[in-house]
Amino acid sequence: MALKIFALDPPSTPPKWWWWLFVGASAVILLLMPEYLELYVIIDLTSYFIFALLALSMSFLWGYCGILSFGQTAFFGLGGYGYTVLALNTGDTTGSIFFALALPMLFSAIVGYFMIYGRISDIYLSVITLVVTLILEKGIRATSGDQYVIGSVRLNGQNGIPTVPSLKIPWDTSVEFSFEGFFQLAVVLMVLVYVGLRMLLLTKYGRVLVSIRENERRTELLGYDSRKYKLSAFVLAGGIAGLSGALFAIWGPLAHPQMFGLGRAADVIIWVLVGGKATLIGPIAGAIGIEYLKLWLGTQGVGQVPFFLGLVLMLFVLLFQQGALPSAGMVLAYAQQKLRRR
Amino acid sequence: MDQVAIYAYQIGFSFGLFILVSLGLAVIFGMMRVINLAQGEFLMLGAYFCTIITQAGVSLWIAIFLSGLAVGLFGILVERAIIQFLYGRIVDTLLATWGLSLFLVGGITWVFGPQTESISSPLGNIPVGDYSVSQYSLVMIAFAIALLVGTYCLWRFTRFGLVVRGTMQNANVSASLGINTSLIYMLTFGFGSMLTGIAGAVLVPVIGAYPTLGVGYIAKAFITVISGGQMALLGTISAAGLFGTIDGIVAYIGSSVIGEMSVLFVAIILLRLLPLGITGKFKRGV
Repeated sequence: MALKIFALDPPSTPPKWWWWLFVGASAVILLLMPEYLELYVIIDLTSYFIFALLALSMSFLWGYCGILSFGQTAFFGLGGYGYTVLALNTGDTTGSIFFALALPMLFSAIVGYFMIYGRISDIYLSVITLVVTLILEKGIRATSGDQYVIGSVRLNGQNGIPTVPSLKIPWDTSVEFSFEGFFQLAVVLMVLVYVGLRMLLLTKYGRVLVSIRENERRTELLGYDSRKYKLSAFVLAGGIAGLSGALFAIWGPLAHPQMFGLGRAADVIIWVLVGGKATLIGPIAGAIGIEYLKLWLGTQGVGQVPFFLGLVLMLFVLLFQQGALPSAGMVLAYAQQKLRRR
Repeated sequence: MDQVAIYAYQIGFSFGLFILVSLGLAVIFGMMRVINLAQGEFLMLGAYFCTIITQAGVSLWIAIFLSGLAVGLFGILVERAIIQFLYGRIVDTLLATWGLSLFLVGGITWVFGPQTESISSPLGNIPVGDYSVSQYSLVMIAFAIALLVGTYCLWRFTRFGLVVRGTMQNANVSASLGINTSLIYMLTFGFGSMLTGIAGAVLVPVIGAYPTLGVGYIAKAFITVISGGQMALLGTISAAGLFGTIDGIVAYIGSSVIGEMSVLFVAIILLRLLPLGITGKFKRGV
């Protein structure tokens, strides 16, 4: 059963009772964690859960709509910078979080309109989002001079903005979130987005998205305007990535050009691929697992983490297409079948 | 008058740069439909080979050809080890080559460190009125044009080129005519890699060699080839001409970042209007 939860949870069927139990229990356990764990572990875990949000946006877009967008990191970075610049200018952190959702959504709507309504093929879309990301990073890195100011905030180019304001509690703006509170916020958002996407994929809208992934032309012949569906999914995923970016900037506290970078983009792909893109829970596990692996490689004094990430990526593409958890599930199911036959 | 000459030089230089960095990709992606994200790292490898060979005391011109050869062989190795299993699975190719790209950047940083290895530019400057123009840039433009013409002639006028074009258009028919398509794919990939290696080596005296060199040029290369469209070489020339002009002028007036951004902007608009690229209306060919 546990295996089923991880590997073979088909997201277009309504979840069984044990799924609700699993999600509820995990949420409770995660929310209670700050009581029992050291502060530095909590702080590390917070960043993993923030990354899990980014991984969710990617797996929704790639695994369920068939759009492989490298632009998720662009929206991640935009969310981070959007929050930082607005919060520093106005001091209203709650409003800035919503701005960090809206700005990437607007940007993804514009870029997505040109790509999706231009009907360029999926693979070109991947490459163009990659190019957009690269150029945004270059652009942000070039803003080091005094003349690059938004409101009262200097963009600082290469160095990023280190003075990201912490999040304040919406109903009492004099109190900031504690580390534990911020951890719990990240957990709540991750679980909400996970359950929300899972439910969304059950609706008619979600089913149309999956059918576009399976066969776009056939879906169009059935009378659905696939462009509308793809664009809206692209924008939604952009918003989730932006939220993740804002939280990451707060966590830092740093809004840095690296948030847009190719390294981060590679991370997202690897999380989702390793976790298994045909599930929503897999990428969450992938994000946490790979980030932990990177941390561990770092503490082992291995200088070149990309070297190993590259190996992992090649290995998974060539040998374990489905991702780690589903592959393990398939191997186990195969073994079970063999045993039964005897 | 000098101003005009400088603008012409800027545009020519941009055009040459666009051609150099995207020609190998035009073969590998434009003709073979293999999205090779490690293309930038092939460029970087060419740069490193060239640096090592010249530091061993060999003249730059020989080093350029040797590095082209070395990267070509490396490309063949990559094709046999990774790409040959992934033909037709475009997204998987893209991911695997990205893995390769990270692997190479990490590996090279490990071996050589993150600093820039540079060699001196071999030729002097020519004065143009109040300005001066580096002679080596002119050599670079010449290299770009020579590679372009050479590749065109190879595809158009040799038996090998005919076989390659046939295989890329329809591998099954070519195979049934007795052509070893697997070998042709391997050689074409190797040829594309060689072009990229030469480009990397030619760029070394201007930009030096450093591990993340490829990242800076991969965007340029991909937008050029994608905007070029169906006809790999002709499309690349026209896209490089368009983008080179824009980049040359804007970068001269503003900064190189603004130049690159305006190129991207134009490319996205262009693809909205002509989703199949500039040569999208033509049949597939060279």
